[in-house]
Amino acid sequence: MTETKSPLTHAVDPSLLSSSRAEKLRLEQEAAALEVKNLNAYYGKDHALKNINMMIPAKRVTAFIGPSGCGKSTLLRCFNRMNDLIDAFHAEGEITLDGKNIYDKRVDVAELRRQVGMVFQKPNPFPKSIYENVAYGLRLQGVRNRRYLDEVVEKSLRRAALWDEVKDRLHENAHGLSGGQQQRLVIARAVAIEPEVLLLDEPASALDPLATLKIEELIFELKEHYTIVIVTHNMQQAARVSDYTALMYMGELVEYSDTDTLFTTPAKKQTEDYITGRYG
Amino acid sequence: MKEWMRSGTPWVWLTGGAVAVSLVMVLGLLLMIGVRGLGHFWPSAVVEFDYAQEGQQPVRVLGELSRSETLTAAAMREAGHAVPEDQEIVVRHLIKRGNRDVTGSDFVWYLGSYSSEWRYPSDAMVLERLTWGDFIGYLREYREDGEVIVSGSEARQAFEARLQETQRMVREIAHIERVEIGAVNREMERLRLVERGLNLRDELGAAEREQRQAELAAERAELDAEYAALQARRNDLRSELRRYSIVAEVMDGRMQEIQLGEIVKAWWPNDMGFFAKLGFYGQSFWDFISGFPREANTEGGILPAIFGTVMMVMIMSVVVTPFGVMAAIYLREYAKQGPLTRAIRISVNNLAGVPSIVFGVFGLGFFVYFIGGGIDQVFYQEALPSPTYGGPAIIWASLTLALLTLPVVIVSTEEGLSRIPASIRQGSLALGATKAETLWRVVVPLSAPAMMTGLILAVARAAGEVAPLMLVGVVKLAPSLPVDGTAPYLHLDRAFMHLGFHIFDVGFQSPNVEAGRPLVYATALVLVLIIIILNLTAIAIRNRLREKYKAESD
Repeated sequence: MTETKSPLTHAVDPSLLSSSRAEKLRLEQEAAALEVKNLNAYYGKDHALKNINMMIPAKRVTAFIGPSGCGKSTLLRCFNRMNDLIDAFHAEGEITLDGKNIYDKRVDVAELRRQVGMVFQKPNPFPKSIYENVAYGLRLQGVRNRRYLDEVVEKSLRRAALWDEVKDRLHENAHGLSGGQQQRLVIARAVAIEPEVLLLDEPASALDPLATLKIEELIFELKEHYTIVIVTHNMQQAARVSDYTALMYMGELVEYSDTDTLFTTPAKKQTEDYITGRYG
Repeated sequence: MKEWMRSGTPWVWLTGGAVAVSLVMVLGLLLMIGVRGLGHFWPSAVVEFDYAQEGQQPVRVLGELSRSETLTAAAMREAGHAVPEDQEIVVRHLIKRGNRDVTGSDFVWYLGSYSSEWRYPSDAMVLERLTWGDFIGYLREYREDGEVIVSGSEARQAFEARLQETQRMVREIAHIERVEIGAVNREMERLRLVERGLNLRDELGAAEREQRQAELAAERAELDAEYAALQARRNDLRSELRRYSIVAEVMDGRMQEIQLGEIVKAWWPNDMGFFAKLGFYGQSFWDFISGFPREANTEGGILPAIFGTVMMVMIMSVVVTPFGVMAAIYLREYAKQGPLTRAIRISVNNLAGVPSIVFGVFGLGFFVYFIGGGIDQVFYQEALPSPTYGGPAIIWASLTLALLTLPVVIVSTEEGLSRIPASIRQGSLALGATKAETLWRVVVPLSAPAMMTGLILAVARAAGEVAPLMLVGVVKLAPSLPVDGTAPYLHLDRAFMHLGFHIFDVGFQSPNVEAGRPLVYATALVLVLIIIILNLTAIAIRNRLREKYKAESD
């Protein structure tokens, strides 16, 4: 236990924090997967993100927390340009992935989304078989080799901790799965195309506690392979699964540091108020 | 009372009543055409009675009872009929006497009060003939080469045995005329067109032209020989047929000689048991749906009409589905939603309300005269002035109906597209799919059931449409089906027959209204059955698609 006793009355039980790890995390020492520079985003006239500057560390779990409408989902959706689907949306500033600005005009959005996978709040498997759901991304890339597809499907489902539950019914409709299984299937689907970054937009908010636990365990395993960014409403969840946490409020990044620090010794009064439940 | 109004009970009764009334009307309709249409093929009994009007010699009447009416005597007298003085109510019977060639009119009303007791003679015979309608009478003699071979009650056996043979010969003649000579004629016509085309082309040298013409002449000679052979075969059969005849007695005692080649079917209805009648019934119904029409469509079958209807609907489906689906996809997925798309959408919806005859007029002007005429100018110059595509044709009828049903398909496809949840589209996009890939791999397959719904509605509307078809492709009697054994097998330029128009024609354009009446019901029944079958097929396909793309949202 390297943790010092916190003077705060916590909304989050300190024992939840993953502070039992050997080395203390330092944001400055991490390799960057994504870098956000002076990002401003607008929905029409509504200024949704105000001058965001941050670095998302590679192969770590970064959580965005904050009250509803604070812009955390908007920021997440900037990373794979999902916001482009909204007509009135536009963004200024830079987000770099592997040193390239993803908002550059020459960027192929489909290619970007292959590198930055995303899982949504509500499980959204296609009404196809489990197998076809996982193989979808590869088929898009023109993969036809049956053996290779079989391999990838199995590997992805194993990664998403779903293989044992579905291996006997790979060709049944994915809508026959439970909500938690569907969400893991969607994760397997995203993982199948080997993205660098995985964006999770409140992945467990539509699930029951048991399924939530499974998803959280899964996130813990997945960070070995992928950079994970997760948006959550649930502060306990952020504390449980993330290495780094960013608190956002009204489109601004209030505080961003390693999860232990943010939850035990926040630098700002606003953060303290939020995590102790005084608002939000 | 107020309490009762507020409880909602009246609304339950009102809405439930509406459903009940609709159901009763639909079932009543089906029942009526079912009973009337199917009843026609049942061999009805032949009645015989003596009819003695006051002050006139009694006559013997022989025929099938068509229907009976009960009227007031006063109304009958006003209409100029002689009715006994002491009667208030009269019953009259419509008797199908047949024998149009002997007695003039085949349906005659007889007053019940002048009739004697009805008898059902077991030797009363009914013949279905190629011409002049049915014959009803008593078989007296069977002849070969004009010589009486058998007479009296044994004649029936000899006649029936011979009839089997002659029916086979009649079918063979029909085959020779319809198929083989038809093929020769089409080949001749083709040669004629080739020759005309040859004369139209100036660039050919005289020598070459002569050579080609010699070739054509050789081919023609060959065809002529073939034709002569066929004709000889047919004439042989005909003269063979002419050898056999029967003599039968009609109701007024006259003797009538009928050649066996004229007879399609013979039966003795009063001598048939229930199962014999049932077998006869099945055979008649089959003949009706599998035969070609005769006698201005009042006799024979409706096969060409069934074929034409189904084929037209299929061509229409093949055309309307891709167009409707594409238009809907553009409107819903690609077009910028604004006043213009809204205006287009409103126009499309209103197109569905345009009277169908207007589409017919448009089809005639645009498809038949403009496009068809244009095709003739360019590709079928040698056949002009007789049109190839520039006349009524099944393809133009199908296209006109496709236009007519396009709004239905567009509207339901759009409905289906808008029901695909955004989360599914985003899921696909997030995996690196482009918009087009998302459309073709996820959105379109998912909305396939909605497209099928549109197609079902389109088929239901198109199969029952008659008015526009009369302008663009349907004829009273089409000499040949749109599909046959001569290349290119599918003849989209041919006019065709349609059940809806057939009903109209038989019921209201036919010279013999009484004879046509049951056929109207029978044809209507077949039309309804075909629409039901087409719809059920489409519904089955839709349900399979639904099962395949089952999603929570459904």
